[in-house]
Amino acid sequence: MAASLGELDRRDRAWWTDWVARVFVFGGGISAIVFIVGIFVFITQQGLDFTLHRLSWSEFFTSINWRPTGHPETYGALALIVGTLTITALAMVIAVPLSFGAAIYIGEFARGRQREWMKILIELLAAVPSVVWGVIGLHMISPMIQHWLQPASGVGTNLLNAGIILGLMAAPIMTTLAEDALKAVPESFREAAEALGATRWQVIRRVVLPHARPGLSAAVLLGVGRAVGETIAVLMASGHAIRIPTSLCDPVRALTSTIAAELGETEHGSDHYQALFTLGMLLFLITFGINMLADRIVRGARRRA
Amino acid sequence: MVSEPTAATAAAPAPAPAPATATAPLVQVRGLGIRYGNRAVLQGVDLDVRQHEIFGIVGPANAGKTSFLRALNRMDEFTPGMKVDGAITFGGRDLRTIKNLYALRRRIGVVFPLPVGLPLSIYDNVALAPRLAGIGKRAELDQIVERCLRRAALWDEVKDRLTSLGSLLSGGQQQRLTIARALSQDPVLLLLDEFSIAVDPVTTMRIEEMLKELRQELTIVLVTNLVQQARRLADRTAFFLGGRCVEVDRTETLFTSAADQRTTDYLEGRFG
Repeated sequence: MAASLGELDRRDRAWWTDWVARVFVFGGGISAIVFIVGIFVFITQQGLDFTLHRLSWSEFFTSINWRPTGHPETYGALALIVGTLTITALAMVIAVPLSFGAAIYIGEFARGRQREWMKILIELLAAVPSVVWGVIGLHMISPMIQHWLQPASGVGTNLLNAGIILGLMAAPIMTTLAEDALKAVPESFREAAEALGATRWQVIRRVVLPHARPGLSAAVLLGVGRAVGETIAVLMASGHAIRIPTSLCDPVRALTSTIAAELGETEHGSDHYQALFTLGMLLFLITFGINMLADRIVRGARRRA
Repeated sequence: MVSEPTAATAAAPAPAPAPATATAPLVQVRGLGIRYGNRAVLQGVDLDVRQHEIFGIVGPANAGKTSFLRALNRMDEFTPGMKVDGAITFGGRDLRTIKNLYALRRRIGVVFPLPVGLPLSIYDNVALAPRLAGIGKRAELDQIVERCLRRAALWDEVKDRLTSLGSLLSGGQQQRLTIARALSQDPVLLLLDEFSIAVDPVTTMRIEEMLKELRQELTIVLVTNLVQQARRLADRTAFFLGGRCVEVDRTETLFTSAADQRTTDYLEGRFG
């Protein structure tokens, strides 16, 4: 007995493996926090001097004159903000019915192999690079809009085009999330409703959708986040013109694509450069807010369940 | 077979397929077989469920009892891989020829082993079936909800909190809520699948009393693991074993002088 007690202080392989594994996963976990804080600090620090001292907030939020290279320079971001919001709203009008329809079909109707195939295809669709979507907007949707709608502006790259492209881009991830939300509804609920004589649609409408509502809301919000943050496809499809749109066929410009298009041409540290980082801060806050909201909805639902 | 038209004219002592009158059986099952894929869970079941009786089904696990109930309200339609052979008639109608299955299910109430309080208020749980059937008037719904909750012996406990979530009730209360919900569709036939599995003994007794009263109004098929429950409630009882119906008889006869030794062994607790 006494001899074996010597082991109590010997750190063997299993102990070290455990230690290494713990350090490793802790590093992975903490890196998420480090990166998010780091990005925020970087963006803020790059634009802070201009934002605090030389930016006119009233101009920023109320003027549509974004002329960083004009004389005098003006930094009115209203048209960009409106551009991002209208494109996102239109994208959701397209993506919500599409993705919910797909999710309900996959979750409630499709069976066996067909279901697996559809899920794989939708995940594949989610992995299509955004520049490909941009090309589709530029060379497929744009001619269609010009041909059928004959917009007054004459261009096929406009609010409608960007909304369609972004809607199609956001739909796959929203479908996947919505389907997860439907799958989380216990099978016993469906059986109980079916036993009451509910039709398939009544089961979905009266039991499944209400119960899945928090998850579905989160799916929409994450789709919104995806649409707000998308850059290259919007740049290619939106027309990139600074104006407040009055019709679906007006070209618009988004916050993200402004940064992408202009940052390369600015002098490091100039007011223009810093103004673009101000836009970055705004974007960061918008997406951060959306994600927080989605998180709270899902958490709230879990607490109630 | 009795289901052939010629048998109807023959004066047979066996139950003949009489026209659907008050004395005809509510449910006739002939040559019923159920498979899930290649696995047969029930075969060659012939039995009748008479009007206004409590029909007990007892038997060990995997005897096919629950599958039998699922076939009665055509749940096979929504269960992938479930195949039903043979004939079941309900009120004289062959289940296979019914065009609106939802209408059939509205006439058949089901209570599952574990209570399923839908994530709705107590009121909405009970009002769901009438609403699905198109009843929208508040007064009418109020009346149905109160009547069903009273019959399920739950009204006094929940009348002051009808708007709170049904899933927050205790297990026993939820099961009575499920029964109230099953009654809300005004069923002709009530299927109970081991309803007392998650219910305390006192509540079980209250529900059993209620079931005896309900017999006046409807027909009940009671699947139970508790042989004494079948003895207390059922007018007639079937013994299922390994996917077959071993025998059907008056409950007292089954318990005192069963024809098959296996029935006696099971009822006396020697196996299962």
